[in-house]
Amino acid sequence: MSDAIQVHPEYNYKVVRQFAVMTVVWGIIGMAIGVFIAAQLYWPALNFDTPWLTFSRLRPLHTNAVIFAFGGCALMATSFYVVQRTSQVRLFSDKLAAFVFWGWQLVIVMAVITLPMGLTSTKEYAELEWPIDILIALVWVAYMITFFGTMIIRKVSHIYVANWFFGGFILTVLVLHVANSMVVPVSLFKSYSIYAGSVDAMMQWWYGHNAVGFFLTAGFLGMMYYFVPKQAGRPVYSYRLSVVHFWALISLYIWAGPHHLHYTALPDWTQSLGMAMSIILFVPSWGGMINGIMTLSGAWHKLRTDPILRFLVVSLSFYGMSTFEGPMMAIKTVNALSHYTDWTVGHVHSGALGWVAMVSIGAIYHLIPVLFNRERMYSIYLINVHFWLATIGVVLYIVAMWMSGVLQGLMWRAINADGTLTYSFVESLEASKPFYLVRFIGGVLVVTGMLIMAYNCYRTIKGHTSREVLDDTELKAA
Amino acid sequence: MDYAVSGSIFTVLVFVCFIGVVLWAYSKKSKKRFDEAQNLIFADEPQTNKQESKLDE
Repeated sequence: MSDAIQVHPEYNYKVVRQFAVMTVVWGIIGMAIGVFIAAQLYWPALNFDTPWLTFSRLRPLHTNAVIFAFGGCALMATSFYVVQRTSQVRLFSDKLAAFVFWGWQLVIVMAVITLPMGLTSTKEYAELEWPIDILIALVWVAYMITFFGTMIIRKVSHIYVANWFFGGFILTVLVLHVANSMVVPVSLFKSYSIYAGSVDAMMQWWYGHNAVGFFLTAGFLGMMYYFVPKQAGRPVYSYRLSVVHFWALISLYIWAGPHHLHYTALPDWTQSLGMAMSIILFVPSWGGMINGIMTLSGAWHKLRTDPILRFLVVSLSFYGMSTFEGPMMAIKTVNALSHYTDWTVGHVHSGALGWVAMVSIGAIYHLIPVLFNRERMYSIYLINVHFWLATIGVVLYIVAMWMSGVLQGLMWRAINADGTLTYSFVESLEASKPFYLVRFIGGVLVVTGMLIMAYNCYRTIKGHTSREVLDDTELKAA
Repeated sequence: MDYAVSGSIFTVLVFVCFIGVVLWAYSKKSKKRFDEAQNLIFADEPQTNKQESKLDE
């Protein structure tokens, strides 16, 4: 395979290719599990009375698969690619890079095995038990050495802003993971957190929200700062704004965690601090979004013909939307309505499917032809089909969850004149049921799009030049 | 020092840092190097090799 690659022979594209392909594979698996558990919420019999098919065990598998397997592979593929291209040097160590790839896949496979077995630390987004946590830390240190090592031996004097975001993400995730995963093991598969009570909750959401802030935001912003300008064929709108964006974002995000713990045993001042920091966070988030979208200023027509660019720009629109929604939901009075309802689920998916998944998909569509030395993707038409399936799927999903969530919030807080609850929980569940069907349909559309992407990537990777030429003329005739 | 005082000091400190970052980012001195960095994504393309060698001097 490698002899077919002539462009940039000095770079290590092997590990990027591996991660790029696994991004698509894990994306399909993770999202399919999501659709399955969405179906379970509508048709509860779908757990088949089997413990390891229950919602409680598959839900963490879904979140781990989409965040760390799909998102993680996308981040590792793009960061290894971008750091080489913008530093104009090969990866610091091929062996370490290979260890990062195989180690990360091993972590994911172990998650796929242990989570359905019910082995969990019960910390959200950090469910994996301590032996796997140690492996994650080792892989992450290798990732860090490979990435920063490459940055250090760079052939150019500047560090491109995307690498700042990738670097911030890699460094912070290591700190978060190690600090939150501190446990006292009692057996090979059971451990207890060294933190207790509200300190434990605070640590957990310091980790949890910065998993959002650094894993799902800073890392993907790094992706955005390379692939949006590259695909648009013009430099980023304002490099100066991107510098301010970076420093403002990383210094604010770390404080927002307590908004996950409004009206709990957490001290009031900590809740208010978390709320205030979350609201301020709106500013750098939108600064970054505007910077990305304005990169197209003067080249808007490209959106009409280039579905890859459309993926990237629509991802930024979803980013803007969810970073407006997030600060709003962090306000305590809004949170009193939204927390513990489906609104949160909708918010997460507008960020995860709209922003994270779409920017990754756009980046992968850009990468596959480059990595496998093809002129372009096998079918531009199928990318367009994928784009519409993804967009309609996400919109169906989040609109259904908004309606269901607000409905739940209102029904749960409704009180009769004598102080008793107006509605029982089951009544609110019944009211939400139709929205769960809509959510399921949205999810099916998203997964269908991913399957089309897999086919398109497969044909691009395998396709011979003659086929491509044929396809080209076919497209032109149509 | 209680939380109110340390909190205030910290807030002012962070604000000063932020203003510092903005001044640095938008200063005339930084313009040249940021313009160079901005074009790094195109610098290793074969067709822009000449430009790239200029940028790297």
